[in-house]
Amino acid sequence: MKIFIPLDAGSVAVGADEIAAAFVQLAEQRSLDLEIVRTGSRGLYWLEPMIELAAPEGRVAFGPVTEADVGSVLDAMSNNAEHALRLGVTDEIPWLKRQTRLTFVRCGVVDPRSVEDYRAHDGYKGLERALTLGTIGILADVSASGLRGRGGAGFPTGIKWKTVAEAQADRKFIVCNADEGDSGTFADRMIMEGDPFVVIEGMTIAGIAVGATKGYIYIRSEYPHAVIALEEGIKAARRAGWLGDNIRGSGHSFDMEVRVGAGAYVCGEETSLLESLEGRRGIVRAKPPLPAHKGLFGKPTVINNVLSFAAIPFILNDGAKAYADFGMGRSRGTMPIQLAGNIKFGGLFEVAFGITLGELIDDVGGGTFTGKPVRAVQVGGPLGAYFPREMFDTPFDYEAFAKRDGLIGHGGIVVFDDSVDMSKQARFAMEFCAVESCGKCTPCRIGSTRGVETIDKIRRGERVAENIAVLEDLSNTMKFGSLCALGGFTPYPVMSALKHFREDFGPPPAHLQAAE
Amino acid sequence: MTSVYEPWDETRGAEIIAGLGDVEGGTIVMLHALQEAFGYVPAAAIPMIAEARNLSRAEVHGVFTFYHDFRHEPAGKHVLKLCRAEACQAAGGDALVARAESKLGISMGKTTPDQRVTLEPIYCLGLCATAPSAMLDGRLVGRLDEKRIDALVAEAQR
Repeated sequence: MKIFIPLDAGSVAVGADEIAAAFVQLAEQRSLDLEIVRTGSRGLYWLEPMIELAAPEGRVAFGPVTEADVGSVLDAMSNNAEHALRLGVTDEIPWLKRQTRLTFVRCGVVDPRSVEDYRAHDGYKGLERALTLGTIGILADVSASGLRGRGGAGFPTGIKWKTVAEAQADRKFIVCNADEGDSGTFADRMIMEGDPFVVIEGMTIAGIAVGATKGYIYIRSEYPHAVIALEEGIKAARRAGWLGDNIRGSGHSFDMEVRVGAGAYVCGEETSLLESLEGRRGIVRAKPPLPAHKGLFGKPTVINNVLSFAAIPFILNDGAKAYADFGMGRSRGTMPIQLAGNIKFGGLFEVAFGITLGELIDDVGGGTFTGKPVRAVQVGGPLGAYFPREMFDTPFDYEAFAKRDGLIGHGGIVVFDDSVDMSKQARFAMEFCAVESCGKCTPCRIGSTRGVETIDKIRRGERVAENIAVLEDLSNTMKFGSLCALGGFTPYPVMSALKHFREDFGPPPAHLQAAE
Repeated sequence: MTSVYEPWDETRGAEIIAGLGDVEGGTIVMLHALQEAFGYVPAAAIPMIAEARNLSRAEVHGVFTFYHDFRHEPAGKHVLKLCRAEACQAAGGDALVARAESKLGISMGKTTPDQRVTLEPIYCLGLCATAPSAMLDGRLVGRLDEKRIDALVAEAQR
C-alpha cells in the first residue's frame, strides 16, 4: 500500500510529521507493507494534514487527519473503505478541480526529493526544448506568453531577459527572489518545498536564454524547510546532469546555489536583495542602472520571483500560446492566489486572471472561519490596499487593481472579520515600515515613524481632522519620495483604510468641527 | 528539541571563517555560520571577519546590525517566536501574544530571568492559511489557540 503525506511546512505545523511516524509504527505493528511518500501540499490547508492513498480509481484523500485518527484511517485505507474523513478522489475535490494548475500542477503530487519523479511528470521537457531553441527562440516564447513578474511589480519577463541577453559582459547572473516576506503569501514556499525542480529548471532556462552560467536563489531564513528542499533539489539535479558543466551534453553550463537571508523584509526588494547577496546591508539601490545592466557584482542580472521562474517550464513545454490563452487584458496566464487569515477555506488557488475578489472570498474561500461577516481584505501583502465588500467586484488583474488604488502584489489575500479595527491596521502598516525601512530615503525612514505617531493621535481623538490631513500629506510624500516599494507603497494600506473605513479613525469631520 | 551551542572559542571561530573564505560576497554566510555554531555572533568575531574579507570593522558591524536574525548575545535555552503579521492578526494572533507574554512574565524580544525562554516576534512564517502560527526552536506550530499556546509556553519553560 502506498500513501502520500505532505512534508510542506504548513502541513508539518499541524502535525504531518507526527502522523507520518504514527503510520510507520502502526504499519510495523500490523506487519503491513506500507510505502510512505512525502510530497508537497495540494494547498487545501483547512484539510491539512491531508493524506492520500494510491487507489485503483486514483489518489484518494483523507483529511484533516489527527494522530487519533491514524488507526481508523489506516483501516479504511487497507480496505479502500468509507471513513468520516474520506474526501474522495483528490482530483475531483471541487476546490481543486475548479483551479487551473499550470505552475502548481505537480505540487502535492510528486516526491520533491526525486528528480526521476519530476521527469515522470513532464519535468525538464521545457529545458529540453529550450536547448534546441537557443536564445532567440526562448526569448520569443517568454515574450509571447505575456508573463509578467509574479513578485508584484508585473514587469514583462521577456523584456527583462532580452535586456540581459543583449548586454555584453564577462559574467552574467540569474537570481531568484525567494524572500517571500509578505504576510498572507506562501506560494513561493509551497512550490519550493513541493516542486523545487520546477524553480531550478526555470532558472536554468533563463541562464541558457541570456548566457549566464551562475544562479543564486535567495531564500528567507524564516523558510528553513524550503532551504532544505532547494539544497536537496540542486544536489539531485547535479547528480542527474541537469545542472553543472555541459548540461545533458548540450554544451551549455549552468549551476546555482542557495543563499539564506537574515530577517530583513526590505531584502525582498530586488536591489536590496542584490546588496544582501553581495554580503552588505540590504540598502536599496537607485535605479538606473537597472539590474539587467548592472546587477549582482555589477554584472547584468536577471532577477525574478520564484513564481516567475516556476511558470517558465510550462511555457517552454506547452507553448507560449497555451499560457497566454488564459487571463484577461494585459494579465496573461494564471496567478497562484493565496487565501489567508480569517478564512474558512484557506490555501493556494491557482486560476486564470480575471476572477473577481468576491468570488475568491465568498465562493472559493467560504467567508470567515469565525463565521462573522467579512469586513476588509488586504490584497498584496503589507504594502497592499484594504478593500471593503463594496469593491469585491474588482477582477484579479494588475490594471484593475491599480485603477482602484490597490495592487495584486504577490497574490496574497488576507481576510478580516468585523472585529477588525482599521485604524490599528493602518498603524501597523506604518510601524512595520518603520521597523523594516533600510534607512536610505527620508520619507520612508522618518515618515513611517511620524505616521505611527500621527495615527496614535488620531486614535486618541486629538485634533482628528487636522491629523488626518497630516497623515494624508505624509502618505503622499512617502508615495512619491521613496526609492522603493516599502516607503512608496506603505501609504496603500494606510490610505485605503482611511478612505474606506473612515469611521474607525475617530469622530467624523463634521461632528468634530461642530465640537470645536 | 533544544539547540546545543559551543562556547565561543577563537580558534574554532577562525576555522569557520577560513572555511568560508572563498564564498563570493560571503559576509552574511559567515555571520550565519558563526551564529549556528555559537548561538550568537560574539563581538570578537567581527574584526576577524573584517580581516578575512578585507573590509573595515565598521562595514562588518554595519552588516551584523542591519539584519534582525543576528544575535549580539546568547538567547534563552528555548526560543519561542510568535508571528505578528497581518494574516495571524486576522486570526486572533494578538490576543495569543498577550497571553504568552503574561504567562512568561516578559514582553516580546525579552528573555526570562532564568534564561529559559526568549520570546520573539517573527514577521510571517508563510503559514498564513493555518494561522496563527509559531516556531519553538525551529519546530513549526499552526492553528494556535489558547490551549495550544499554553502548551507551547509550558514546553518552553520545561
